[in-house]
Amino acid sequence: MSISRRRFLKWAGAANLALIPGKSAIAASNRHFEGYPQGGGVLFDSTLCIGCRKCEKGCNEVNDFPAPVKPFDDLSVLDERRRTGNTAFTVVNRYKTSDGSDTTAYRKIQCNHCLEPACAAVCFVKAFNKTPTGAVEYDASVCVGCRYCMMACPFDVPTFEYNEAFNPRVQKCTLCQPRLEEGLLPGCVEICPTDALIFGERKKLLKIARNRIENHPDQYIDHIYGEHEMGGTSWLYLSGVPFKELGMKEDLGIKPALEFTSGALSAVPIVIGLWPVLLLGMYGVSKRLDKEALEEQDEAIKVSLENAAEEAAKKLETALNKADKAKKREIETAVKKALAEAESPQEGNEES
Amino acid sequence: MVDETKALRKKSLLTPVNIISGIILVAGLYATIIRFTQGLGAVTALSDYNPWGIWIWFKLVAITLAGAGYTTCAAVYVFGMKRYHSAVRPAVLIGLLGYTLFAVSLVYDLGRPYRLPYPFFVSQGTTSVLFEIGLCVAFYLIVLYLEFSPAGLEWLGFRKIRNIAVKATMALTMFGIILSTLHQSSLGALYLSAPSKLHPLWYSGYLPIYFFITSIYGGLAMVIFVFWLSERYLPDNIGHAYQEEKTGVVLGFAKAISMVLVGYFFIRIFGISTANSWHHLFSSWGVLFLIEMLVGILLPAILFAIGAREKNITLIRWTAVLTILGIIYNKFFISTYAFNWQLSPVDRYFPSGLEVILTLFMITVGVVAFRVITSLMPVFFEHKDYPSSH
Repeated sequence: MSISRRRFLKWAGAANLALIPGKSAIAASNRHFEGYPQGGGVLFDSTLCIGCRKCEKGCNEVNDFPAPVKPFDDLSVLDERRRTGNTAFTVVNRYKTSDGSDTTAYRKIQCNHCLEPACAAVCFVKAFNKTPTGAVEYDASVCVGCRYCMMACPFDVPTFEYNEAFNPRVQKCTLCQPRLEEGLLPGCVEICPTDALIFGERKKLLKIARNRIENHPDQYIDHIYGEHEMGGTSWLYLSGVPFKELGMKEDLGIKPALEFTSGALSAVPIVIGLWPVLLLGMYGVSKRLDKEALEEQDEAIKVSLENAAEEAAKKLETALNKADKAKKREIETAVKKALAEAESPQEGNEES
Repeated sequence: MVDETKALRKKSLLTPVNIISGIILVAGLYATIIRFTQGLGAVTALSDYNPWGIWIWFKLVAITLAGAGYTTCAAVYVFGMKRYHSAVRPAVLIGLLGYTLFAVSLVYDLGRPYRLPYPFFVSQGTTSVLFEIGLCVAFYLIVLYLEFSPAGLEWLGFRKIRNIAVKATMALTMFGIILSTLHQSSLGALYLSAPSKLHPLWYSGYLPIYFFITSIYGGLAMVIFVFWLSERYLPDNIGHAYQEEKTGVVLGFAKAISMVLVGYFFIRIFGISTANSWHHLFSSWGVLFLIEMLVGILLPAILFAIGAREKNITLIRWTAVLTILGIIYNKFFISTYAFNWQLSPVDRYFPSGLEVILTLFMITVGVVAFRVITSLMPVFFEHKDYPSSH
């Protein structure tokens, strides 16, 4: 019966695991998750991006995707408004800006690898997982293809293989997790010629970003996009123009997606616990009302029957009384008559 | 009854309704083959921006109106309104068909439908609202089939099993109400995780409650609507007890819907108020929102009240249609039109022809199934071996 030390430690480990966000245990607590301590990320500095599409090329190569219709050195595609796809985990778009000095700016789009990802929170088979390296992993072997992750992603990142008839997958940037495990940089970061992309520990990247803003306040908007958006993302962005002008949402807030649904989900046990009480209570009341109605009916019938009986008795009595009186009178008259008769013959006899 | 049905079918085989249904069914089967051999991309206009389309709209509406089952059972068995008893079986059948179509439609919508059991048996994503919906709908489907089983068993003549099934009525009703409360509201909670994507006039922290309330009045309105159609088009399937109680059901339900609608109208306004989205009312979205609020919610509330007061059955029936249209309108905005509202027009979703056909296919399958089942099984009439027992 004794608990071995080893087993106890296992349990303790399990208890700690329950505290890792993304698991439901944390949803209602006050603990704030700031990401895995060693978690990596990428800092994208829009002011350094020249729109060369090398990162798209690097991504294409490390993922063994087919060559695109327009080659990567064709920069005319920058005029289109492109998004991520099944065979393009990252794209760069060019945006016209209101800034006087520079009329265009670039933004690279890919999975932001949220600290508490919406896709992972809403997936009903846990196909998404935030790893300690910083990457949000996708596991196609359990995916049912419901595409709720795509609905929930605030950045519209995941894509779906709609033309795959039998085993369609959700596809998105992996942060080159396999390469990270080998000690290599993500494909896009490695190929970037201008240091617009830096890979590193997220905490250190935040410091670098802050320093840049502080040292060049005239060049940067005083905001690190991704530091807090939707609970924070592993990808961080610096820009010289308002982020809205780069097509980035500024209405996301700082709460991770999980928190929007945790309230509704926390109502589940309450409903399960209280509804039977409420329903049985109502059932009981309706039954009782039925019963009371029946009882009242019975009572009313009883009372009216009693009343009727009483009345009948009274009637009988009065009738009897009447009958009595009538009879008495009859008897009296009869007696009188008899007496009278008895007297009269005597008289007659006496006479005769 | 079977002979009569056959006679009826022979008689009405070439009516316009039947011809249109036939065309839809054939086109639907064709689209089904393409869907399962060439993938979702071949039949839908879904995209990476718009992963859910009108099939989800259909599913939301089907589940909401299928609330007919649990609301009617609650009225009769829990609240003790025994005068509505003849409405129970048709209402449960509406629920059963609604949920069955939901499940069938899900098979079309999922990328890998054969993995439908995965969330239950392989990898449980307990933080997902969809996980809870899946679990509740699966259980509730079982409950609905058990609730309806006495009708089937009477038809088949299995008296003993039927009597056992009847004894479980109260327990099943309780389960049904709990499960419905949970998943009806969770369908609204599905949209909570994307506050930036759904228009603020339709997004609210109260969405789960909105969806739950909608299923209450939507279910009751559906009962009135389906009963009307059945009386008109399936008079041969309707029996004596139903005829006697139907006026009471329509009047009683009208009163109930009217009151629920008034409450719903106010909590919708409270939603706007707590989120302070008033300024959105002064936009084209605001007009579309006000149409829903005034024509889809407030107007039916008033008309139902008038209808119930003046015992105007015709008015009540048309108001039920208006109420259902209001719900369809609401779900349309939440599932498609007001979703991704900030997206540039080129990236917005517009359904493909085959998507529309498959949606009509689902509805037609439901109508045909309802017709066949009510003609065979004691739904609107009482089985001669079990008089006044259901």
